[in-house]
Amino acid sequence: MSIAVVVFPGTNCEHDIVHALSLVGADTDLVWHTDANLAGADGVILPGGFAHGDYLRTGAIARFSPVMSEVARLADSGVPVLGICNGFQILCEAGLLPGALVANADLKFICRPIHLRVESTDSVLTRAADVGQVLQVPLNSFEGNFVADDINRIETGDDVVLRYCDSSGDVTSSGNPNGSTNAIAGITNGARNVAGLMPHPERASEAILGSTDGMVLVESFVESVRMATV
Amino acid sequence: MTAKEQPAHIQLGMTDGEYQRVIDVLGREPLAAELAMYSVMWSEHCSYKSSRTHLGRFTSEQPWVVVGPGENAGVVDLGDGWLAALRIESHNHPSFVEPYQGAATGVGGILRDIFTMGARPVGVWDPLRFGPLDEPHNRYLFEGVVSGIAGYGNAVGVPTLGGEVEFADRFAKNPLVNVMALGLLKKEQLVLSAASGVGNKAILLGNATGRDGIGGASILASASFEEGDEEKRPNVQVGDPFEEKKLIEACLDLYERGLVVAIQDLGAAGISCATSEVAGNGGMGMDVDLNRVHVREHDMTPGEILMSESQERMLAIVTPENEAEVLQLADRWEIEASTIGEVTEGPQLRVFADGELVAEVPAASLADDAPKYQRPMERPTDLDDLWADMPPTPVGENVANLLRRLLDDPALGDRSWISDQYDHMLFLNTVIEPGHNGSLMRIKGTTKGLAVSTDGDSFRTWLDPRRGAARIVFEAALNVAVTGARPYAVVDNLNFGNPENPEVMWQLSESIEGMALACDELDLPVVGGNVSLYNQTDGVDIYPAPVVGMLGFCDPMPLTPPRLDRAEEGMTIWVIGPEVENDFAGSAYDRVVNGAVRGRPTDVEGDVARRSIAAAASLAYTVPVLHDVSAGGLAVALAEIAIKSDIGFIIDGLGSAELLDETPLRVIALTPEDELTTGEPHRRIGTMTGSLLDFGDAGSISIAEARAVWANAIPRRMH
Amino acid sequence: MTYSFEVMIRRKPGLSDPEGATTHKALKDLGFSTVEDISFGRVITISLEGSDEATAQQDVEAMCEKLLANPVIESYAIVATT
Repeated sequence: MSIAVVVFPGTNCEHDIVHALSLVGADTDLVWHTDANLAGADGVILPGGFAHGDYLRTGAIARFSPVMSEVARLADSGVPVLGICNGFQILCEAGLLPGALVANADLKFICRPIHLRVESTDSVLTRAADVGQVLQVPLNSFEGNFVADDINRIETGDDVVLRYCDSSGDVTSSGNPNGSTNAIAGITNGARNVAGLMPHPERASEAILGSTDGMVLVESFVESVRMATV
Repeated sequence: MTAKEQPAHIQLGMTDGEYQRVIDVLGREPLAAELAMYSVMWSEHCSYKSSRTHLGRFTSEQPWVVVGPGENAGVVDLGDGWLAALRIESHNHPSFVEPYQGAATGVGGILRDIFTMGARPVGVWDPLRFGPLDEPHNRYLFEGVVSGIAGYGNAVGVPTLGGEVEFADRFAKNPLVNVMALGLLKKEQLVLSAASGVGNKAILLGNATGRDGIGGASILASASFEEGDEEKRPNVQVGDPFEEKKLIEACLDLYERGLVVAIQDLGAAGISCATSEVAGNGGMGMDVDLNRVHVREHDMTPGEILMSESQERMLAIVTPENEAEVLQLADRWEIEASTIGEVTEGPQLRVFADGELVAEVPAASLADDAPKYQRPMERPTDLDDLWADMPPTPVGENVANLLRRLLDDPALGDRSWISDQYDHMLFLNTVIEPGHNGSLMRIKGTTKGLAVSTDGDSFRTWLDPRRGAARIVFEAALNVAVTGARPYAVVDNLNFGNPENPEVMWQLSESIEGMALACDELDLPVVGGNVSLYNQTDGVDIYPAPVVGMLGFCDPMPLTPPRLDRAEEGMTIWVIGPEVENDFAGSAYDRVVNGAVRGRPTDVEGDVARRSIAAAASLAYTVPVLHDVSAGGLAVALAEIAIKSDIGFIIDGLGSAELLDETPLRVIALTPEDELTTGEPHRRIGTMTGSLLDFGDAGSISIAEARAVWANAIPRRMH
Repeated sequence: MTYSFEVMIRRKPGLSDPEGATTHKALKDLGFSTVEDISFGRVITISLEGSDEATAQQDVEAMCEKLLANPVIESYAIVATT
């Protein structure tokens, strides 16, 4: 079982997610964006960073990289795919997830631990968690504000998997760090095999980093990949 | 005579004496391109002509120093095959002209100095100085600079882990933007800049060359601003962090494959500096063909190509056998590359354009023959009066009330408005993030830890440059010691006014002396530094602002290093270190409450410093909270612990004088039990409990109120 | 009366344009090989009250000088669109 971690020029969190995956014994392969071959990948992760400098629009150029047609093909066939931060932005630009990520409400980069509430465990990102569970995970982004034309469909379809909340798990405006619509932090597609989130679970993977709450999300994905390869 | 009618060398910022010196070196009048090269390489920013004589005072040798001053970054040995590279740089004048790009390109430049040594950059720190935030223009500069550092640092993918900030009138028209960077490498990856091997190729990697910052170094950084200096304004370089990220990965890949003989980054003076230094450092020469340079603009003169300061470029020396592979590798990483020259026997650097020789100079002379000035120094005549004007000791004052003012000061209150804009978590190495004392980073796969602190104190340095600068070294050392690290190496950024002002030269010389003495007391090698002069506008010089970048090292790192947010109910509060000495000259109390900067700061004994620092580094392995006492004294330090831990305290028997005193080299330690194991003088001063900051007779204030003031110090001024 | 303008903010020539360069390459990679040059600016649409168009345009110019454009790195052009 091997998870492909896609690297675009400007990606910078690939080694971090590889490290977190190694903590649960998952094998990974770093795949350069011009590589159009993901044969043998049982799961795909698009990590965080600044693919193509975020120029034009974040993720706008990365979505046309040769590797993305492979990612789309795998996503179509049910392979688990996860986008973290910039990876989430790229999946939205590529149409593999609905909506888009725009600038934080206060127009500043945010780097701090925030709280997330698990809304649904029916996704490759949250299957090992519990509904209502509160997680402390870092948010590190400039464009983390989720918007969508079809927000109602996303809500009624139960496609929201993570929402920003305060430390007690209440979804409040003060608990929403970037003005994201309905405090949405992470979503899944209709088929439940593609997921994206803005916060960085790999940054909450060891006690020395301040929190291990991100590991339940990492474990969920690895578990999903294992189940899909059976 | 208007600016455009002056002789060429004057327009380029050279003196008549310097022009004659060029003639002496070449044995003839210089060609236009040659004059351009000398004008930039002999500018203050590039040559340190006013400061070099004084810099020799620093000690740079210690057994753990692998590369000292003179290369692009200092390098120290961490054992087990690990090395760390460090450097600090300033981008002051460009940041006044265009704060976002000035700061952004400052970050880009310092990162290149690190990865040109073979190291992956792993951290950035930003010591900043601005005018007071109640002035709109100062807010504009502050916001632009912080955005620029964030925008570049985050996008290039290097965490910004700390820094510091000061606000004073004297920085309003001369903001100071210093940037320190740290890199990690294994011994076998170390690469230097000296070219060797006749016939080896010089390959230019990275951004296409354009007209960016033409003459930026010579014109911007080597002269003071005056009203109406519009002509100097278009020399702005624009940073591209995406290009830099690609360049970092490409270069690290080149090093891993052993494809590079030597490499140098391009900064001030662009191609002329890189080619001459690479050749000169190796005692070689070089032939350069400007037509081979990959350019963005197609009508540039040879002088322009030579002087361009387009960002994100490196010059690699590569054997002919490896040339093809290097160009292919560059292509794979999506960066441009062009072979622009060849190493020769030397000693001449010969530059060709359109088949003609446009410059021929001894390669080493651009760096080595730069003038070295012994500028006159003069102790300020009013200094004794200033020293005699000692601030009154605050006796019997309500410290809680004073805290409302001190915590509201933007340099003392919460600085997360700044640090939250910086990604400080990338790479999963950050153990102590911004908001505590020194930064602490782990090295994965080892037990090693690296701590960094950047410190400055322009008020005390103005009052007494020697004592002020020494205290900065000791404070920075203590800031790393409280993480468990031993102070290991120093880089210094010397920001001063106009060196043609004898008082400024005196400040510079005294500061260097003070820093050098303090470093010697601690056996600290100074492995590199930067000098920024001419920080003067309309005849007013900045406060002298030497900044120390301190690297600390520990192995093993404490398993749970002390933090300011680990205080708990019932913990005992201790103060460790020397007795207070009525130390208020240059204090936050005098500045914030009385609006004054006066008196003479006390001296620090080397022995006291060594012992306090050692005690702190040892305690860091056993106590949950350790905090050095600096600006605002015990009162502010205790408030910071209470606010971050959300626990109040009761302090017994200390009056306002003791609570606000800024005698250096003291630390606060908290222990779960009522005992402290240390060989140093220490005293129990209170207990962590409740929700009040209770100073007894000196007043009390709720945590909530203190936090509200502290958290708003910067935000309330930015809206 | 209300007057409308479009303000085109352009990067000054000669300045490095990382967005332009990156997008140029991306277009080339997508098969648009005929592109010679591309640079980025911004369009600001603004409507304002004024006694006449000339005065309103003067106001917009003042806004550009003061805030909308950064004179160090940008130039601007105002087009009346009322």
